[in-house]
Amino acid sequence: MPLPPADSPVLILGARSDIARALAHEYAAAGHPLMLAARDPATLAADCADLALRHGVTATAHAYDALDLGAIAAFFEALPATPRVVIQAVGYLGEQARAEADPQEAAHVVAANLIGPAAALEEAARRLAAAGGGTIIGLSSVAGERGRAKNHWYGAAKAGLTAVLSGLRQRWWREGVQVLTVKPGFVATRMTEGMDLPAPLTDSAAGLARHVKRAADRGRAVYMPWKWRLVMGVICALPETVFKRLSF
Amino acid sequence: MDMDSARDLAPPPAAGRCPPLASAELAGWGRVPRRRGALAAPRDAAELAALLRAGRPAIARGAGRAYGDAALAAEGGLALSMHRFDRLLGFDPASGTLTAEAGVVLGDLIRAMLPRGWFPAVTPGTQYATLGGLIAADVHGKNHHVAGSFGAHLGWIDLMGADGEIRRVSPETDPALFAATCGGMGLTGVILRAALRLQPVESGWIREETVAAGSLDAGMAAFDAAEARADAPPYSVAWIDTLARGPERGRMLLHLGAHATAAELEGRDPYATPPRRSLTVPMDAPSWLLNGLTMGAFNALYWAAGQRRAAAGPRLTDWERYFYPLDALHGWNRLYGRRGFLQVQSVLPAAPARDALAEMLDASAAAGLGFLGVLKRFGPQASPFSFPRAGWTLALDIPAGWRGHELADRLEAIAAAAGGRFYLAKDARLTRSRFEATEPRAAAFRALRQERGLAGRFASAQSERLGL
Ligand SMILES: Cc1cc2nc3c(=O)[nH]c(=O)nc-3n(C[C@H](O)[C@H](O)[C@H](O)COP(=O)(O)OP(=O)(O)OC[C@H]3O[C@@H](n4cnc5c(N)ncnc54)[C@H](O)[C@@H]3O)c2cc1C
Ligand SMILES: NC(=O)c1ccc[n+]([C@@H]2O[C@H](COP(=O)([O-])OP(=O)(O)OC[C@H]3O[C@@H](n4cnc5c(N)ncnc54)[C@H](OP(=O)(O)O)[C@@H]3O)[C@@H](O)[C@H]2O)c1
Repeated sequence: MPLPPADSPVLILGARSDIARALAHEYAAAGHPLMLAARDPATLAADCADLALRHGVTATAHAYDALDLGAIAAFFEALPATPRVVIQAVGYLGEQARAEADPQEAAHVVAANLIGPAAALEEAARRLAAAGGGTIIGLSSVAGERGRAKNHWYGAAKAGLTAVLSGLRQRWWREGVQVLTVKPGFVATRMTEGMDLPAPLTDSAAGLARHVKRAADRGRAVYMPWKWRLVMGVICALPETVFKRLSF
Repeated sequence: MDMDSARDLAPPPAAGRCPPLASAELAGWGRVPRRRGALAAPRDAAELAALLRAGRPAIARGAGRAYGDAALAAEGGLALSMHRFDRLLGFDPASGTLTAEAGVVLGDLIRAMLPRGWFPAVTPGTQYATLGGLIAADVHGKNHHVAGSFGAHLGWIDLMGADGEIRRVSPETDPALFAATCGGMGLTGVILRAALRLQPVESGWIREETVAAGSLDAGMAAFDAAEARADAPPYSVAWIDTLARGPERGRMLLHLGAHATAAELEGRDPYATPPRRSLTVPMDAPSWLLNGLTMGAFNALYWAAGQRRAAAGPRLTDWERYFYPLDALHGWNRLYGRRGFLQVQSVLPAAPARDALAEMLDASAAAGLGFLGVLKRFGPQASPFSFPRAGWTLALDIPAGWRGHELADRLEAIAAAAGGRFYLAKDARLTRSRFEATEPRAAAFRALRQERGLAGRFASAQSERLGL
């Protein structure tokens, strides 16, 4: 599958995310113009200026709320250019305790990690196919590999997103749409700030972004940091009777 | 749930989120002192304001390249890492003015602007410092005698006060606060953004020449001779052999430089420079690695190599190698081992400078401990609190054992007696009484901090130590 050329536009949904910001620099450094989308696009003005000055590319900011399901088609329609790479970085960890007690909060976690982001990618895939192909990068998580007491609503939503990305890959590959599922482990971002994460298993957003861009350029289907492949290999192999006793 | 929107599921966004505080052990570049304290890394002005309004005494921290405790929190205070404020915001090619956030790293700024033909008008000897740190220390370059300090090239500074409000201070709107912020070591508020005038350059290369001078007097005369030349190069700095004795005491290699023109590059892309190969010091070296013997041998080799370079005549050196030779060895501060190291940098008024310099070099050679010595000349400057003033500035790196402290104390005493003062960006150890004796400007600085509601709200381990 040919790579989208270096001057083809990249759309980043959830562009204020720390991982998304790092990815924006990776793509801008390679020469791609950028369309950054977030709930409050005014907060992206400084990022757009920075990307333009550092990398000599154009960068524009757009309003996007992943939970506004009725607005998806209009959102894509209003973009100044047709993207050839679409990155979905929206995510919401929420608080497990609240999600357990309050179905409304559980629904929020599922909507913000699965329904909203996946619905936008359905639209993106159709449009990429119509434009002759392109790349979708979806940020899922290792949390979707096995449900844990610590965050099973978030994990369920990410498991769902991983399934949708797999389905989209199968559905659209003949039309030239490449789908990369990204399953980070721990990443030091706003989402995990203040948590006590084990340093050897925690990536920086910039380091992760480098690997993601490389995986996308090589046409990979899934990217998971190698250390996490080992960790998840063990975790997923444990029988339920053992797994249920673990507290992590 | 409404079929068209799941928006109602999300609660309205909470304004003014206060980012979590971490507990971290921090140090400056010299790695002493180390202090454990609260650290936060806000993402935007609203988070920063929330942290400041919470009321702990705070100090901004850039890249931690100041040697001592200038960017360490005061007791019970908070260090504010500015590394996430790292955006270039705009450039006006007509005036060469760049606006940028305070956490932008100097080398990144250069990499973005040099291909457009612009370079910082003033740069210190490391490219890893941040814009905020360069302003707060009002850094000087090898061209201070012609370009002044960093602050001379600023249009304005966006400064956040303890109330969380942002004020744009400039020489026009608030000359007192603007001038005190340049060189104010973070004690006048948090610098968020600034407008910086760059200098146009035709290439990324420096025409460099070396003058080898066999003694202190010959070296000082070489500075004079270089400045008197019709084509006086704007950059001049001397590496000084701090361990040489007798007639060779103070022998030095004067490195002169000027930005090369496009014509000198003979058709090559003038802004393309070779990628830097860098090494990393992987761990703390044993403390005995750098001692009088190894350093004496190093200095002798470096002196001999310098003499050969001096004989070879002018050459072209790329900007990274010329301005930031030490940066090529990442973590070189670990070469001093766990004990860390001190740097004593003083500036001496021109008249008594020669004898005081001689005395300091003798003390260093006698102790066999002054390792890296750098001599520069400053042009005139009158600022409320910045370091530079007309005269000579000598910086000496010293391993931080008790003998190192003894030597540092001796050097400070000599400089103080000659009417000198000390660079707070390097200082880790001045006593209050010596600081007061050498800084008649401290009282006015304190008064300004009182008057503007900054005293007690912005404080560092250094300001606490010095009673600022
Ligand atoms: C190898 C090396 C060579 C050097 N050469 C020179 C030289 O030639 N000339 C020279 O003048 N200096 C030199 N320095 C010193 C260095 O330039 C200064 O210490 C500079 O302040 C470091 O910037 P930083 O971003 O690392 O700041 P830090 O070390 O993190 O902080 C230094 C001071 O700046 C304040 N500060 C930082 N950011 C902000 C902000 N956003 N708002 C308010 N205050 C802030 C801090 O509170 C602190 O007081 C050198 C240092 C090294 C390591
Ligand atoms: N950090 C980790 O350890 C980790 C691990 C595995 C997977 N991930 C995934 O990586 C992705 C990026 O996360 P991050 O770590 O960079 O965290 P982050 O900085 O918190 O980013 C999450 C982003 O999602 C956006 N968002 C949430 N709800 C939204 C909505 N309804 N509409 C639009 N945007 C919305 C947020 O926008 P606002 O800025 O407007 O709030 C925020 O920018 C997420 O999908 C996350 O689940 C992260």
